[in-house]
Amino acid sequence: MKKRRLVIRTLILVILGAAVAYSLYSNLTKDSKQKVAVGDTAPDFALVDMQGNKHRLSEYRGQGVFLNFWGTWCPPCKKEMPYINNQYLQYKDKGVQVLSVDIQEPELAVNQFAERLGLKFPIMIDTEKEVMNVYGIDLLPATFLVDKNGKVVKYYTGELTENKVKEFMEQIKP
Amino acid sequence: MKDVKCECGHVNPHGTVLCEACGKVLDEQEKNNKELLDMRYEGSARRSQTYNKTIIDKIWNFFSSVKVGIWLIVITLLTSTLGTILPQEMYINLPPDVYYEQEYGWFGKLYYQLGLHDLYGSWWYLLLIAMIGISLVICSLDRVVPLYKALKAQRVTRHEGFLNRQRIFGVTEHPEEKDLAVIKNHLHERRYRVREENGDLLAEKGRFSRWGPYVNHVGLIIFLIGAMLRFIPGFYVNEDLWVKEGETAVVPETGEKYYLKNNQFILQHYDKNKDKTFEKAIEQAGSVVKNYQSNVVLYERVSKNLPGEKPELKKLKEYKIKVNHPLDFNGYSVFQSSFRSELKTMSFVLANKKTGESFGAVNIDLEDPKATYNLGHGYSVKILNYFPDFEFDKNGEPSTKSRLPNNPAFVFSMTTPDKSKPETSFVAIKQTIEPFGENTYKMAFQGIETKNVSGFTVRKDSSLWVIILGGIIFMIGVMQGAYWNHRRIWVQNKNGQVWIAAHTNKNWYGLKREIETVLLDTKLVIPEDQQQKENLEKEGV
Repeated sequence: MKKRRLVIRTLILVILGAAVAYSLYSNLTKDSKQKVAVGDTAPDFALVDMQGNKHRLSEYRGQGVFLNFWGTWCPPCKKEMPYINNQYLQYKDKGVQVLSVDIQEPELAVNQFAERLGLKFPIMIDTEKEVMNVYGIDLLPATFLVDKNGKVVKYYTGELTENKVKEFMEQIKP
Repeated sequence: MKDVKCECGHVNPHGTVLCEACGKVLDEQEKNNKELLDMRYEGSARRSQTYNKTIIDKIWNFFSSVKVGIWLIVITLLTSTLGTILPQEMYINLPPDVYYEQEYGWFGKLYYQLGLHDLYGSWWYLLLIAMIGISLVICSLDRVVPLYKALKAQRVTRHEGFLNRQRIFGVTEHPEEKDLAVIKNHLHERRYRVREENGDLLAEKGRFSRWGPYVNHVGLIIFLIGAMLRFIPGFYVNEDLWVKEGETAVVPETGEKYYLKNNQFILQHYDKNKDKTFEKAIEQAGSVVKNYQSNVVLYERVSKNLPGEKPELKKLKEYKIKVNHPLDFNGYSVFQSSFRSELKTMSFVLANKKTGESFGAVNIDLEDPKATYNLGHGYSVKILNYFPDFEFDKNGEPSTKSRLPNNPAFVFSMTTPDKSKPETSFVAIKQTIEPFGENTYKMAFQGIETKNVSGFTVRKDSSLWVIILGGIIFMIGVMQGAYWNHRRIWVQNKNGQVWIAAHTNKNWYGLKREIETVLLDTKLVIPEDQQQKENLEKEGV
């Protein structure tokens, strides 16, 4: 009798406690929740680059993918682009691909930007912001590192230094 | 911790004050007391207060205290008012670390540092609400179970000590046999359920009103569960969606399943010439908006394309979204909530500055400008640089703040047959700079075209029905407890006398009136209100 009461009380308290813990946890993490987290399979997408070639993320299985989201209007994006370009030239034969996705800008602006900085890696425009939505991008620049199995190994927002870019490339080199 | 056996043979749980069956006073302290009985929870054992061994029991006992529950509510109320002193974070349009100090000085800074700028989303506020919820569950469980058991176990014949310490009590010395039958009849007429044992009567009605508070609490708990459901992904959606006229956008949080095309945004004002009745009011207010409307088409994606690929869409329906007339589909509602207009095209003509002669117009789509505009006869214009939201950056270089064409600026290169080298001109709104010396030609501004962008709110609330259900049950509980009373009348033979005692959980006046009608046409003495008598004696009347 006494034992049963203890069991019932424990059970009720555990259920109530779990409900409270869940509410608190989801409320506190709702702002920082990342749509695509480290360890997830990077969501597939297909975009056409400025030269008219189609790039599908899943076709790069077996290679590391340095996936960068940016805009011509964002100063840190402008700063890190040459570093990415340099490292791209170093690592493209070592199995690391750079895919750079501009968020909804006119072709003219993107082309002029790429020309001015002499960018060699494929650049594509997410005209409908679909890829941006799927990846839950908020602040630019944002970089996802995808390994050879298509898994996200790192998510980084903010300006990159050349050393950091190199370190990232090294991290996803197959 | 032994159970207590009463002299009537009923076994009561430890801690019981009044025997569940016969009502004999079991508690030693109470026994010698001559005052009226405390009938709360039928004198049953609130077990939480009698077992206090393990940590589980201690937690349980803490939450089972009504005192604790009331304090929790008071604290929550007081802290809730704190959040209303200054505007909450969601209503300000500056970063909170700047806003509060700038607007309210040291007090604002303190307010922000204490975290009161996001009070209703803070962990400790949620914890307070959660503790009220826990207290509600445990308090109710801890009382409703013993109360139910006690009311179920009660016998007709009651102990003398129970009867004469009821608030309403009276003794008839020489009762007449036939009176009992009359009372019984009257009680039946007043819709009492009458039980009889050895010539003793127990008449009872409205017992279910005792469950009112607990039904009410169940409603509250369902309400809280509904509020909690909002945290589960997919249950609650509240997102903004901006769609330009003529464009199609994916509806957020639908898993890229639904698309919305905005055909047209319509803004209508009241016309003081047409609406004569309101002429004065309209004159006073300037212009009054009559209607905000977006004509939209809802599409469903039928292809299994990847994000970034062009989806294949199937038209579902056309709708005119107006304020308070949202587009509803599959649990989602799309409300008209805002609008803005955006620059769409800018037009210039290439002209000779001196003669004013024009050599053709250039219409620039600000969302997708072309690189070169060929005007024929050897005249052409090339856009060297496009800044949709122009500003000079920190280094004094022209740059763009965002991708939106809020303040477009261009660097044009103008090729004309009479010049060997093209002329360069920087053109922004109300501003022209000729970086390489005086030009012969200019890009003369002609005009702009704008288009509207509708602002929608996409909302889905699957928890709403749970919250409504909770509210309904809550109200049922309130009515159950408020509009019915639990009344009991005992008519019992003791020592050749007839003892009448009565109890109700509220509205004693009504009970006394009812007893008077029940005892009509009998010689039985109408029982007195002992509490009232006591009070009168105290006051010395």
